[in-house]
Amino acid sequence: MLEITNLHARVGDGPSTGARGALSAVEGREILRGIDLKVGTGEVHAIMGPNGSGKSTLAGVLAGRSEYVVTAGSVLYEGRDLLAMAPEDRAREGVFLAFQYPVELPGVNNAYFLKAALNAVRRHRGEEELDAIDFMALVRDRMKLLEIDPSMLNRPVNEGFSGGEKKRNEIFQMAVLEPRLAILDETDSGLDIDALKIVASGVNALRSPERSTIVVTHYQRLLNYIVPDYVHVLSEGRIVKSGGKDLALELEEKGYGWIEQEEVSR
Amino acid sequence: MCILMPTTDINRYVAEFERLQQARVADEPAWLRTIREQALARFTALGFPTTRQEEWRFTNVSPIADRVFRLAAGSEDRVDSENLAPFRFAAAEPVEIVFMNGRFAPALSSLDALPAGVSVRSLADVLSDDPDRIVPHFGRHAAFEDQPFVALNTAFASDGAVVETTPDVVVTRPIHILFVAARGGEVSYPRVLVLAGRNSQLQIVESHVGVRANGRHGRAGIRDQGSGAPSFTDAVSEIVLGDGAVVDHYRVQREATDSFHVSTTQVRLAHSSTFSSHAFSFGGAIVRNDVNVLLAGEGGDCTLNGLYLAGGSQLVDNHTVIDHAQPHCGSHEIYKGILDGRARAVFNGKILVRPDAQKTDAKQTNKTLLLSDDAQINTKPQLQIFANDVKCTHGATIGQLSADALFYLQARGIDRATAQQMLVRAFAGDITGRVKIGALREHLDDVLLTTLATQSNPARRSAGAAEAKGAGSHNSKVRGEEACEVEAEA
Repeated sequence: MLEITNLHARVGDGPSTGARGALSAVEGREILRGIDLKVGTGEVHAIMGPNGSGKSTLAGVLAGRSEYVVTAGSVLYEGRDLLAMAPEDRAREGVFLAFQYPVELPGVNNAYFLKAALNAVRRHRGEEELDAIDFMALVRDRMKLLEIDPSMLNRPVNEGFSGGEKKRNEIFQMAVLEPRLAILDETDSGLDIDALKIVASGVNALRSPERSTIVVTHYQRLLNYIVPDYVHVLSEGRIVKSGGKDLALELEEKGYGWIEQEEVSR
Repeated sequence: MCILMPTTDINRYVAEFERLQQARVADEPAWLRTIREQALARFTALGFPTTRQEEWRFTNVSPIADRVFRLAAGSEDRVDSENLAPFRFAAAEPVEIVFMNGRFAPALSSLDALPAGVSVRSLADVLSDDPDRIVPHFGRHAAFEDQPFVALNTAFASDGAVVETTPDVVVTRPIHILFVAARGGEVSYPRVLVLAGRNSQLQIVESHVGVRANGRHGRAGIRDQGSGAPSFTDAVSEIVLGDGAVVDHYRVQREATDSFHVSTTQVRLAHSSTFSSHAFSFGGAIVRNDVNVLLAGEGGDCTLNGLYLAGGSQLVDNHTVIDHAQPHCGSHEIYKGILDGRARAVFNGKILVRPDAQKTDAKQTNKTLLLSDDAQINTKPQLQIFANDVKCTHGATIGQLSADALFYLQARGIDRATAQQMLVRAFAGDITGRVKIGALREHLDDVLLTTLATQSNPARRSAGAAEAKGAGSHNSKVRGEEACEVEAEA
């Protein structure tokens, strides 16, 4: 499903953050330094690592954030060159990024936005677009799954939402859009245990042989609920260790410093 | 500093005025002739404003001053009711008074089924039937002593709308005053006088629209792109609220993209009255709107909402003045702008709180969205506070669409152009969402979308410019050709 080969990426002169033309301290710094990763269909892979290891950069590069520049390597998504695709095309082809910090969109109605997104995907697939009534019928059970209150659907996207509500909204969107590759970028950050359980049960309900999931997380706790098939440890832009779900527990016990020591001693 | 000898531009207006006064002598009462003469004298003394004056610092009106405009003839035949459909908002039993180039057009109006307690008449009719009613008000609120465009309108306005409500009446159907400017290098002087009786409630929609001179209008909803010389509208509206009256005033300006529009809306609130102004400007070569509110009675409340769009090399300038002359009054102002191309906008919001206006609560916000690198806004709040127990806040933001927001939408499968449109609509929706008349709100959303599409699509713009140039020269003689050509490109 997803094949990443020797992926190198740095922060570019992207338009989004920072003043135009101003040199930031990290401009040009290489963050991903040769990532190799294969994700099979139906698999759940966890990517763990200390802060600054490149976890969110990897997620961002896969989703197509323009502030990152890929300097080497390739990403094949279902045999296609993912890096050559615009962000909206990746989404329409079934790539979904659950943001670590979901953006607030004042004045953009949540239901209206999600219906537009769903219809863009359906159009792309050659399926009929849904009107408001059919859309509501389709989302009803997904709303229950993520405990989304109908009033939340009528509010502007993420505006005034608590951290938990924002993350639930992300997984709710995932449930509606039914991606083939879901990338969860630190979905557990800022969540209390109750919110975590709801989000995890949502993700688990969406697990299927046709769907692959990459769970990017700093802490092992989430992986008690979303049990991975494979765990990879990212350190300074490279995957330095891979294993089964027990690797996560080992990391929890020994800390990220253990990995770095292992690296050094090699 | 002071112009002692009128320039040739002014002389043209003086000559035209003298011709008109001769023609009008039979129809107009002496008091009106006197006001008109005083107004013209003031215009002659002041001349057109220059950028050396603070209030006009960023708005150069020489493209208006240097052109010759024919005084609009106002023939009804040039446009029929179908052509006006794009400017109407669906309303069951509309109440509508239509003016072609500033003159009342009875055949295009719908005044048969007026609600009880409200009268909607043309100025000409009021002057012949009932002139005493307006003597205390006409020309007494909008000051022509120091405002040349108001003076010009007061001298030249041949007709206008007079809307009056009797005390205590609540008018549920909105009154639509529709001013239509046909093309062809003409100037028109729309004039409105609204007298809201004590405790009455009223909604007015004042539209200023442009159609093609030969009566044909483009696709519904698409404004005239400019064929022939540009038109000039110099409008003045005076709105007077009695004690406890509630008036909602919606102003929609959508004339040709290369037209000139200068307007003054003067409002006077009495004790405990409530006024809201919703001003929508969809662009022109030079658009300048002045909204001046006098809170002349305790407990008055005014809301000023504005949305202005400009693209190409258009200019839109909004000046507001809220005068808290009495205590316990509230004012709330929010103006939002969306600028594209090389457009320029000006916002100047003055709040004056007089020494006795204790417990004033005034809030002002101006937000501008820049969709291009070359668009520009000059925004300035002006707070003159002379009382010491008041609440006055102001704020302004200028920015571009959030790249994070755009990416979020794209990451969900929405293409960049649609994502941009969604965010711009959300920005504007803050203002259109405050329109209480549902049908008008939907209508404005449509106009907004069409205008945005036109402003961002260069192909449509140059098609318009090609038409303007290809149409050949008309009666207008233009000095400063280059400056005017740039405006016509919009």
